[in-house]
Amino acid sequence: MVRIKKESPDRPDNTAFTQQRLPAWQPILSAGIVIPGFVLIGLAFIGVGVGLFITSRDIQVLEIDYTGTDQTSDCNKCTNPNTKNCVCTLSFNIDTLFKGPVFFYYGLTNYFQNHRRYGVSRDYKQLYGDLANFKDPSTDCAPYRLDSRNNPIVPCGSVANSLFNDTFKLYQIVNGQRNVVPFDGKGIAWWTDYNVKFKNPDVTPLQNAFNGTVKPLFWTKAVYELDFSDPSNNGFINQDFLVWMRRAALPNFRKLYRRIAEENYTNGLPAGNYSLEISYNYPVLSFNGRKKVVFSNVSWMGGKNDFLGIAYLVIGSLCVVMSVVMLIVYAKFKFPEDD
Amino acid sequence: MGMDFSTLRTLISRYCVGEENWVDSRTVYISHKEPPPGTEAFIQQRFPDNRIVSSKYTFWNFIPKNMFEQFRRVANFYFLVIFLVQLIIDTPTSPITSGLPLFFVITVTAIKQGYEDWLRHKADNAVNKCPVHVVQDGKVTCKQSRKLRVGDVVFVTEDETFPCDLILLSSSRDDGTCFVTTASLDGESSHKTYYAVQDTKAYKTEEEVSSIHATIECEQPQSDLYKFVGRINIYMNNEPVARPLGSENLLLRGATLKNTEYIYAVAIYTGMETKMALNYQSKSQKRSAVEKSMNDYLVVYLCILISKAIINTALKYVWQADPNRDEPWHNERTEAERQRHILIRAFTDFLAFMVLFNYIIPVSMYVTVEMQKFLGSYFILWDDEMFDEELGERAVVNTSDLNEELGQVEYVFTDKTGTLTENNMEFIECCVDGHVYVPHAICNGQVMPGSDTIDMIDTSPGPDARDREELFFRAVCLCHTVQVKEEETVDGIKHGIHQGKSSSFYISSSPDEVALVEGMNRLGFTYLRQKDSHMEILNRDDKVERFEVLEVLSFDSVRRRMSVIVRCSTGEVYLFCKGADSSIFPRVISGKVDQVKARVEHNAVEGLRTLCVAYRCLSPEQYQEVCHLLSRAKLALQDRDRQLAEAYDLIEKDLILLGATAVEDRLQEKAADTIESLHKAGMKVWVLTGDKMETASATCYASKLFRRNTQILELTTKRTEEQSLHDVLFDLSRTVLRHYGGMTRETSSGLSDDYTDFGLIIDGATLTAVMRPGQEGSNSGNYKELFLDICRNCSAVLCCRMAPLQKAQIVKMIKTSKEHPITLAIGDGANDVSMIQEAHVGIGIMGKEGRQAVRNSDYAIPKFKHLKKMLLVHGHYYYIRVSELVQYFFYKNVVFIFPQFLYQFFCGFSQQPLYDTAYLTLYNISFTSLPILLYSLIEQHINADILKKDPSLYKDIAKNSLLKWSSFIYWTALGIYDAIVMFFGAYFLFDNTTFTSNGQLMTTNTQMMFGNWTFGTLVFTVLVFTVTFKLALDTHYWTWINHFVIWGSLLFFVVFSLLWGGIIWPFLNYQRMYYVFMQMLSSGPAWLSIILLITTCLLPDVVKKVICRALWPTTTERIQTKRRCLASEPSTIFMLSQTSSRMSF
Repeated sequence: MVRIKKESPDRPDNTAFTQQRLPAWQPILSAGIVIPGFVLIGLAFIGVGVGLFITSRDIQVLEIDYTGTDQTSDCNKCTNPNTKNCVCTLSFNIDTLFKGPVFFYYGLTNYFQNHRRYGVSRDYKQLYGDLANFKDPSTDCAPYRLDSRNNPIVPCGSVANSLFNDTFKLYQIVNGQRNVVPFDGKGIAWWTDYNVKFKNPDVTPLQNAFNGTVKPLFWTKAVYELDFSDPSNNGFINQDFLVWMRRAALPNFRKLYRRIAEENYTNGLPAGNYSLEISYNYPVLSFNGRKKVVFSNVSWMGGKNDFLGIAYLVIGSLCVVMSVVMLIVYAKFKFPEDD
Repeated sequence: MGMDFSTLRTLISRYCVGEENWVDSRTVYISHKEPPPGTEAFIQQRFPDNRIVSSKYTFWNFIPKNMFEQFRRVANFYFLVIFLVQLIIDTPTSPITSGLPLFFVITVTAIKQGYEDWLRHKADNAVNKCPVHVVQDGKVTCKQSRKLRVGDVVFVTEDETFPCDLILLSSSRDDGTCFVTTASLDGESSHKTYYAVQDTKAYKTEEEVSSIHATIECEQPQSDLYKFVGRINIYMNNEPVARPLGSENLLLRGATLKNTEYIYAVAIYTGMETKMALNYQSKSQKRSAVEKSMNDYLVVYLCILISKAIINTALKYVWQADPNRDEPWHNERTEAERQRHILIRAFTDFLAFMVLFNYIIPVSMYVTVEMQKFLGSYFILWDDEMFDEELGERAVVNTSDLNEELGQVEYVFTDKTGTLTENNMEFIECCVDGHVYVPHAICNGQVMPGSDTIDMIDTSPGPDARDREELFFRAVCLCHTVQVKEEETVDGIKHGIHQGKSSSFYISSSPDEVALVEGMNRLGFTYLRQKDSHMEILNRDDKVERFEVLEVLSFDSVRRRMSVIVRCSTGEVYLFCKGADSSIFPRVISGKVDQVKARVEHNAVEGLRTLCVAYRCLSPEQYQEVCHLLSRAKLALQDRDRQLAEAYDLIEKDLILLGATAVEDRLQEKAADTIESLHKAGMKVWVLTGDKMETASATCYASKLFRRNTQILELTTKRTEEQSLHDVLFDLSRTVLRHYGGMTRETSSGLSDDYTDFGLIIDGATLTAVMRPGQEGSNSGNYKELFLDICRNCSAVLCCRMAPLQKAQIVKMIKTSKEHPITLAIGDGANDVSMIQEAHVGIGIMGKEGRQAVRNSDYAIPKFKHLKKMLLVHGHYYYIRVSELVQYFFYKNVVFIFPQFLYQFFCGFSQQPLYDTAYLTLYNISFTSLPILLYSLIEQHINADILKKDPSLYKDIAKNSLLKWSSFIYWTALGIYDAIVMFFGAYFLFDNTTFTSNGQLMTTNTQMMFGNWTFGTLVFTVLVFTVTFKLALDTHYWTWINHFVIWGSLLFFVVFSLLWGGIIWPFLNYQRMYYVFMQMLSSGPAWLSIILLITTCLLPDVVKKVICRALWPTTTERIQTKRRCLASEPSTIFMLSQTSSRMSF
């Protein structure tokens, strides 16, 4: 059986791809690359780690618990849930200059802002100023959607309802006199939250938009009364409200309250005695929570965080150690065999 | 496609069983004429019409049926359930997260299947509507093919394809034969002769044909193309005549009429009952070892998933026991929720956790694995090295499910003839009564004396011897089934055979026969043709001798011989018989048995294929008896084969030995090299052949299966005759084990070089004895175990004298032995089909014995030598690729989901998802899918040339080594470690600290707090980068495509995140990701911690790799390192090889 011989139509294409012969770089994780690589990475990490650690060391942090569980604390009197409009004072002194700008935070512990049921209980459209959702808030907000007489709550939902409502005033005691330390509450929330995600309804006066609605049950004043003095900080775009509405990732969290960087305090808080006046409203004892205030300054890498620096140092040294181990292993087992 | 045919068939059979009389034969009325009264009352049966339905769906049932089929797959069903749970209960993630991928997968599959089905519909329509000529009322009319019914008489002209299975009634040729090619059925392009029923072959016009009054009884359709039994009852003059019908009368649908002007035939099987339709079904599904491990892992992950959900649910209720934790004042339940029963709440929580963690079982893994297998198999098709120019064929992939199994083979079972050898037979010599004739010597008018061992009576044979010699030549010229193919010339005129000129050639299903007939031609006797049941021979004196062929007792592999009964012109009746020596000698009563036997054995040792020829003179009475025996057997409807075999046994006896022939079958090109490579790769090669021991072992030596230092153990009938099987077996096992004990000592002293390996030879009869379930119960089990024990220690085993079924039995025995090794069977002929189907991987060789093996195989290659590349290169690559794919998929999903599990401990077990919906949905679909798919298509850890050069590398991946439980645990542990690093890394950065954006990049002096979505995004960013880098570390072969896909998918992630967070998307009712990614990136510590966490995650894996490479290097790693040392500049070598290949002198 003779077949006519010519280029068969069935012959496969002879290209680099079909024949699996594409030119390729074929690296191998050999000791020759890995050991120097590890040394380099290790040294770089140690360098970064030292930098971070020193920076973090220089950051001053002052943290004061004012929950009032301690009998001696002035705030102990406010822990009784029946007392209304309780004001307590916290005294502390600063030894050396607290370099500015100083950031003033409030902190809560054992508070599950990341709980799913809590987190979904909000109405994005309502907070965007959509009047339709003023009349009929999203069902996500239940049980903080309607009050007992079926009036819609604005802003609805558990996040808004549980807005942190302790307020603080800081005084420096100079010669027995109380000097108010000015707070700056501007720009503490995300720019996008303030300008894009949250909007007041386009109604003047703002109050009229809220006809037929009620304020959240826990609130003492309505949302349009948060800051009468400054319309750009009132309603849904109130900075404190915005900060609260961004849920914390973990159950122990701090939220920014104010900055101290004005008048005499541009360089920070000078050494001396201070008194913090707290209007104590927010109940936390029922769920074993704690409340605290924190003064802190920042560096190029943010707030005080020893962890990052230490982690860099540890991983960097591990890299170096591992490269030594690998070197020993190679010297002992690998090289004679190669010949 | 196979599915619906098999269901259809079960439906048919059920339907038939349901009918009160289950009939295993059918009665067909030719032209629908009732039989004359008085004959047996037949039950009228209903037959399907001639519609071929290869499509699965109709327009109406496509959606429900396709959905049903798709959701029958466990994975799809699982995701459907998850999706439904998400729809019904209040779950943490939106139904989109699992609905979208599921919808995507289902839609793509449905579109693909729908398109394929549409093509099938089109093809079906074309077939079903094509016109067919039917004889009705004495006239030929035209009908659509689908309207054809059983019993119709069909008129087919030359080059037309048969519309259904037909019984040939008459043809345009006077002898009632027609020629048919079955190329589309089994690939055999040779013309086969079919015969019309003797009593109807004279009916040659439509009027005559429609006057035939007959019924056909035949078996119900079965799928075997080569089996058919039936009977035709012809009512002539009201006196029924019964004639047997066999497969030689049956024209199959799909075959084409050739060299015959027209035929008349009656339809007996139509539509879906034709043998072609019954053969559509795919073979039983084979599953690869990798797939099995994958399913095991899935079960483990399902357990992990369920236990995670249970742990979290339980902890949730423990934690919530304090009502202030359950419902603090700021986070109360609705009244409806409070009312709900605690058990219902707990169950809903359990389901919600299941939904939250369900991504640990990746929907995309199935899709990716399937795509990998489908696309990857193209590399086999495309391989130019596996293309054979001589045949003009390339490798064929019949199933892509077993690609990686090619890298796991431990036992290779190979056929000899046509697989190891060329199956290109050449006549070497023949021996008549001890005189040896070599063709070219004869041409010079000389008779070559054989070797000294043969006792020559006379160098110039006397007149008596000359008669015997001519009788022998005639016998060889007559006793065969060779056809003469007439070559068509350009202008279409058909030439008859002209004294063996090259315008014609011989065709036969057995190459041996062609070689013999051609050899006889060179010795002076030329077979001309068969005409009107006469065979014509041109003898040495250029005279035509005619012999009337009375009967042909065709060849079968059990009997191993064939016979013809002819009447010569002088009127004497001869039976010529030709067959294997073992089947001829016992039946010989006279002749020079000893001389012939000596020559046969001598030839067999030389590796030649020998056949013995004998004859018997039949007296008229004997001939009558023979006719009687045969016709009775042929008319039987049941057990016809057995009855025929018995009849043959009675007829082929009292033979007179004439002589023997020797035919050489050359080894295939590079067969020895291939076998040697397979040995080095740690595979055990078994040769299973029907040949006799001496021939087969000579081939084995030639192909280096046995080497000179191989110690041969024989387990043959000869030995078991001397000793009992029991003793022989124990003897052999003692030899093997003693050596084995000695060998360990040798290897420990470093003298392993000169150890001899063992080769075992076993024959079919002994094997049956070994495998036979014994009479003494326990003893027989021992035999089998003992035998397996011996086999395990032999590097090569030769099984000779095997029947096809025994081949499959051996494969099955090894397959089910206690180590469950992976077996591969390779063969080229129909007799290898059973073992090809039995073995884990079946490979067909595109040989000369038709396409049966190729059709039934999983892969087909043109030549045996291609097996080397198939296993050592393709198999190795596919295994490496798929195992990495599987391990990596599980790994990346552990890393993905475990942080989410950890987060539950910090969010009050409230099922708060860590990642945003878009990330949950797209992680497996787009961020991490392409790099691994590409890796699994083009990774090459070592160059293909090295794999071929160093077969021992194959041992590195033996026994599914990359998917062992230990490595699975390593991957999972690595995943959990990475997850812990990511989660707690982010945790410590957020917890109790001001992890903030200090805003120096944006506006001065602002300090903004990060929320929970930033936390999740940080973890997710680290996750995507770590997982991709991990794959990059594992990649050994970086083509531009790898670079493009790996860096591209990271870039895609970043771009997507920027877009997703950068725009207020109108269709979303929440914008929780708005600017989250950008805010995160604007913070210095975020960058620093991303770098830190990625490094920490990758560190242990790199260290492990480097240390393992130094301390316990695998052969693969040694070679990789060595190659690196030798070729410090690999690109130069690449260029050199390029230039050298370009420079062709």
